[in-house]
Amino acid sequence: MAPDGNVGLSWPKDDLTMIPYGVYINADIFDLEMERIFHGPSWNYIGLEVEIPEPGDFVTTSVGTTPVVLNRGRDGSIHAFVNRCAHRGAQVVRETHGNTKVHTCIYHQWSYDHAGKLVGVPYRNGIHGNGGFPNDFEPGEHCLNKLRIEIFHGIVFGTFSEATPPLVEYMGTPLKERIEALCTRPIKVTGYQRQRVRGNWKLYIENVKDCYHGSLLHSFNSCFGMFRSTQRGSSVMGEHPYHSVLTTYGVAESEMVGENLGAIATHKPKFELEDSSVVNVFREHTDGMVTTILTMFPCFVLAQIANHLGFRLIRPISPDEFELVWTNFEYVDDEPWQSEVRRKQGNLLGPAGYLAMEDAEALELAQQSIHGDQGKGHAFIELGGRAFEDQDHLVTEVPIRGFWKGYCEIMGFATGDDTAASS
Amino acid sequence: MTTTMISNRTVTGEIAEQIAVLNYRYAQAIDDRRLDDWPDFFVEDGRYLIHPRENRDRGLEGYWIYCDSKRMMLDRVLSLKEVNLYNIHYDRHSISNVLVEDAGGGVYLARSNYTVMQTDTGGISTMFSVGEYFDQVVFIDGEPRFKEKIVVPDTFAVSPLVAIPL
Repeated sequence: MAPDGNVGLSWPKDDLTMIPYGVYINADIFDLEMERIFHGPSWNYIGLEVEIPEPGDFVTTSVGTTPVVLNRGRDGSIHAFVNRCAHRGAQVVRETHGNTKVHTCIYHQWSYDHAGKLVGVPYRNGIHGNGGFPNDFEPGEHCLNKLRIEIFHGIVFGTFSEATPPLVEYMGTPLKERIEALCTRPIKVTGYQRQRVRGNWKLYIENVKDCYHGSLLHSFNSCFGMFRSTQRGSSVMGEHPYHSVLTTYGVAESEMVGENLGAIATHKPKFELEDSSVVNVFREHTDGMVTTILTMFPCFVLAQIANHLGFRLIRPISPDEFELVWTNFEYVDDEPWQSEVRRKQGNLLGPAGYLAMEDAEALELAQQSIHGDQGKGHAFIELGGRAFEDQDHLVTEVPIRGFWKGYCEIMGFATGDDTAASS
Repeated sequence: MTTTMISNRTVTGEIAEQIAVLNYRYAQAIDDRRLDDWPDFFVEDGRYLIHPRENRDRGLEGYWIYCDSKRMMLDRVLSLKEVNLYNIHYDRHSISNVLVEDAGGGVYLARSNYTVMQTDTGGISTMFSVGEYFDQVVFIDGEPRFKEKIVVPDTFAVSPLVAIPL
C-alpha cells in the first residue's frame, strides 16, 4: 500500500467530478473499504423483522464480505452476530434460513444461543481427568462477535462501530420520511432475486443514483412510452450527500382508467404492447409519486417503481464482483388484484427485468474496460453541475458525487489538486 | 399453480416422444435465436414462468419472468429484439430425463432437466443455468403445445442477467 493514505489514487477535484478508475479494481482499496466502511461508522441493511417472525427464526446475510446471522431469541428480541465460530473459525450457521433452539458449529460442536453467547463446549472439563480446557477458561470471553442493531419500520440495520450515530440521525430527513411512507403498513416478502455481477460494488450504487441513464440505457421506458427525463422529478440528498432519494411523478388522477388502473405511459410510444397488463399501475400515494429510488450509504436500496416494491442489498464479494440481492415485498392488506398487478410488474425489475437487465451488462462492460486499462484515468461526472445540492429535476448526476463525498470522508482520502501527483 | 410429478403413472411411447421432441424443438428455436417462434410453442392462454429454486422451495413467488398469455410472450420477443440491451452471446440448451405422465382431461405433465451453456464474444463458454422444466402439455389438432412451462433454475444467483428465455 502506498504511504500517502490515498493508496496511490488521485482525486484531482474537490467537487468529486473526477473519480480515479483505480478505486474500482484495487485490492488494497477493497480491503480498506471492508475495514473503514463496512466495519466502520456505517449502518448496514441486515434483513427484515418479517423474515424472522418466530422465536428461533434466523436468516444469513453479510455486511461487506463478513458473514452475518440475523435471528430472533426465545424472548422475541432480535440479534445479529458474525457467522464465525469463536473456537477455530468455522461458519456456524450453514443454512440460508430456518429455525433453531441453538446454533451449533459442526466442527467441534461449540454451541451458541440466539444472542451469540457461548452455551456449550464439549469436553470442557476433559474426559476421565484427561485434557479439557484450562481452569481459567471463561465461556463469556468466547462469544460470537455481535453487531449493534437498530430497527426502523421493520428494517433491521447493523453496525460494527460504536462511533456510528443513531440510525435516524444517520439516515437524515428525506430517507426517514420516504421509508415511513413506504413501510408503515405491515409488509410481506414476495420473493428474492439474486444476480452475480462481475463488477465492483460501487458501480451499482452509482447506477441507482444515476438519473442520467434511466431513459437512455433502459430504452423500454422510451420505446413503450413509460418514462422520459422531462418528466417531473426530484433528486434529494438532504443532510447527508452520500444518501439520496430520487423521485419521479407521473400519471394524474384524471388519466386513470378502469379499476383504478392506468398505464404508466407518458408519451406516444414507438412500440405498443400486445398485453399492457405489465405496465398497468394503481395509484398508491397521494403525492402522485410513480418512482422512488432511495439509497442509504453504503449498500442499501429501497425502490418503488410503479407498484413494484423491493429492497436491494449490494453484497461486495471481491473488487471485481458483487451480488445484488432483491427482496421484493407487498403489503399484507393488499387485495388479490393488487398482488396481481405487482406480480405482473415484476417483469419490469430483477435479473430479467425490462427496466433493469441492462444495468448488469453496462456495469460488466465498465469493469472489463477499467480493468483492461489497469485503472488508469478518471471518470467524469458533471451532469447537473459541480455543487452538492438537492434539485427538482432528474437531469443530474449530483447524487453520484454525493456518494463519493461521503466515501472519501469515511475512507480518509484527501481530495483536491494537491493529491493529483500520481496515477 | 405449480406442476409436480407425483405418481409412477409414467407415460411412454409416442405421446412421451412427441412431448420430448416439443422440448427439443423449443430449445433449438431459442438456440438458433428464432425468438419469433418461441411463443408458438404455447397455447393462446399459455403461461411461461421462471421461478428460481430458492423461491419455489420457500413457497414464495419472486418470478424472474411471469407471462400468463402468449401476448405477453410476444411482447417480450419484441422487447428483446428491438429494445433491450444485454450480453452478446450464444445459448446452448441440453434437455434430458424427460418424464411424462397423464394428468387426465387431455393434459400431460412433463418434467425434465435442462442445462444452458452460454458462449460470449470471446468464444468462452460457461455454465449459465441448470435446473428443471415443469410442463403442462396439451394436443391441439394433434400437435403438442405448452399450456404451461415453469422453469425452475437451481442456479438462483444468475450471472449476471436473464434476457433470452430459458
